[in-house]
Amino acid sequence: MSGERTSTEGLRLPRPSRTQVKAVLLGAAGVVGLGVVWEGYKALAPETGVSIGSTLVLPRTSDLAMPHLWEMWSRALEPVTGAPDAPPLWQAVLGACGFTLRTAATGWVVGVVVGLLLGMLMQGLRTARDAVLPWVVLSQTVPLIALAPLVRRWGSQLHVGTLAWPDWWSVAVIASYLAFFPVSVGALRGFASPDAVHVELMRAYGAGWWQTFRRLRLPASVPYLLPALRLAAASAVVGTVVGEVSIGLRGGVGRMIVEFGATGSSDPAKQWSPIAGAVLVGLVAAAAVALLAVPLSRYRSSEVQS
Amino acid sequence: MTPPTGTASPRPHEPRRHRRALAATATVAALALAGCSSSSSGANDDASSTKGGLTPVRLQLQWVADAQFAGYYAALKLGYYKDAGLDVTIQEAGTDTVPIDVLAAGDADYAISWVPKVLGSIEQGTAVTDVAQIFERSGTTQISFKDKGITTPADLKGKKVGSWGYGNQWELFAGMQKAGIDTDKDIDLVQQAFDMNGFLSGDIDAAQAMTYNELAQVLETKNPKTGKLYQKSDLNIIDWNDEGTAMLQDAIWADANKLADDPSYATETEKFVEASIKGWVYVRDHPKEAADIVTAAGSTLGTSHQLWMANEVNKLIWPSTSGGIGTIDPAAWKRTVDIALHTKDDTGSTIITKEPPSTAYSNEYVTKALKNLEAQGVDVVGKDFTPIDVELKEGGK
Repeated sequence: MSGERTSTEGLRLPRPSRTQVKAVLLGAAGVVGLGVVWEGYKALAPETGVSIGSTLVLPRTSDLAMPHLWEMWSRALEPVTGAPDAPPLWQAVLGACGFTLRTAATGWVVGVVVGLLLGMLMQGLRTARDAVLPWVVLSQTVPLIALAPLVRRWGSQLHVGTLAWPDWWSVAVIASYLAFFPVSVGALRGFASPDAVHVELMRAYGAGWWQTFRRLRLPASVPYLLPALRLAAASAVVGTVVGEVSIGLRGGVGRMIVEFGATGSSDPAKQWSPIAGAVLVGLVAAAAVALLAVPLSRYRSSEVQS
Repeated sequence: MTPPTGTASPRPHEPRRHRRALAATATVAALALAGCSSSSSGANDDASSTKGGLTPVRLQLQWVADAQFAGYYAALKLGYYKDAGLDVTIQEAGTDTVPIDVLAAGDADYAISWVPKVLGSIEQGTAVTDVAQIFERSGTTQISFKDKGITTPADLKGKKVGSWGYGNQWELFAGMQKAGIDTDKDIDLVQQAFDMNGFLSGDIDAAQAMTYNELAQVLETKNPKTGKLYQKSDLNIIDWNDEGTAMLQDAIWADANKLADDPSYATETEKFVEASIKGWVYVRDHPKEAADIVTAAGSTLGTSHQLWMANEVNKLIWPSTSGGIGTIDPAAWKRTVDIALHTKDDTGSTIITKEPPSTAYSNEYVTKALKNLEAQGVDVVGKDFTPIDVELKEGGK
């Protein structure tokens, strides 16, 4: 995001400025550059990679390890399987991306709500902060591969009325588990960020905790929250893909990556489509959070870099 | 995150703007949630719900849908389970799923797993019973290119030997130790991934390969030297069935405590085994259709690979020499247990330290199931079984 701040009244989109055009061009150049690096390395480096002693330090460049970009592309246009009604690979991957994005978005929303509530709790109660914060940090050290099967198992025992707990909710829970962390920490710092003079002014006005929170702390936290929300979006996507792999949830790109990876020797170009799909999901998630920031731009007087 | 460089100075707010920001946030949240309610996520979502008097049954696989489990998918698709009064849901596995744990936790009624992988759990106190030994023979082999000159396990000495680990390595270790190889010093053990790239690029001289999957992957790959697909004649294949260190693989496992305490579960087990076997009989007689059923059930494997898989799996089952598919051969069971007791892998441990309890396997249910099937005129031995010829295409397509 560029640093310029337009004083937009309402949501009217500003005309693309030169910096924005530049940003788009640079982004495109980055993608092209990556492709050039890939093909360049493949063309120049030895087929067997570069080894120091017997340790491989740079990857092999064989078609098995690094298929040509155009092979990946043409594979993406072919059907997923030989079944008569099989859709083209790109279409199947796109569908999987939608599934993963939905799970990640759900996990993100849950994670953000939980993170904000925890931040509020910790801000409001000193004791809560001392008691909860270490656990919040500790929570992130639990390895996902240990957590995922447990969440799935607990989930499968739950019933909301007649509604059984679908497996993808388990993955969303895993995503939210990763997503709540940056939000709670960011929220805590953001809520505590107003100057003492402002807090005292509110007190002098006789404003209660809630009013101080709503009028002062919440707006002041925006520069802290936005990067936290972006981090949370990235974490939610990672959590979703890893969760899908871990419990074998059908439908998303995570499962596709493992499944195609298992046949990576005989059909090496195939697995790169879902990998590109996972990147796409990450980009869409990041863009969605960036859009979310637009109406909040007037509060972003000094955004904290994440 | 870096420390704040300045503080946000709150300005007086216009309530109108404030609401707009809130509205935008709410819209995004609503969109995300709307996305949730729409599409459904495949066949294995609907859990236990009794439909039309059928008993709900959940079967936990070891991996995702493919022809290794063709018999169960065929029984489901062709209504064999329904005819037996069972409403079966097949649960696929992820990379971190341990089928026996899922069964023991009560989140599945039956699980498919290899015997050596379960023996350790049984010793730890998990009460499960092998109620039908679907695969009679082992599908595990060690393959190498002809030029390496590895035709017997003894030839593995001094070579780069690939091993998957995670309970897939025991036949290999037993075979090498039987051939007099010190598996700690005489070989260069290489951790093998679940693709064959390490083998194809020469990091591994002799790689583990299931006849029904990894072997096919190699045969679906172009040999850069000839420009044609690799042929079986390019490979030496060590088959652990021939070397006497094969262990029992895919079996149907049931909850041992429930079998003892719950007569309806015992009856259900008999019915489940019977319908599953009927599915496997169908796979034997219709490998092509069976492969298509698995693909329709969501497997993303290529057509020729899937058919190869169904055909190779058939070879592990048919013809049955134990008296009928699923019957546990006490001699094969004993061999599996002996290897589990006495073979040490690279970590220096054995699978188990004492004989498993007598509840670890039972032929009671499969015997009844076979009797019922024979009464219906079903051939449960497949004496005249002949595998088909499958031509693998590049990439398994």
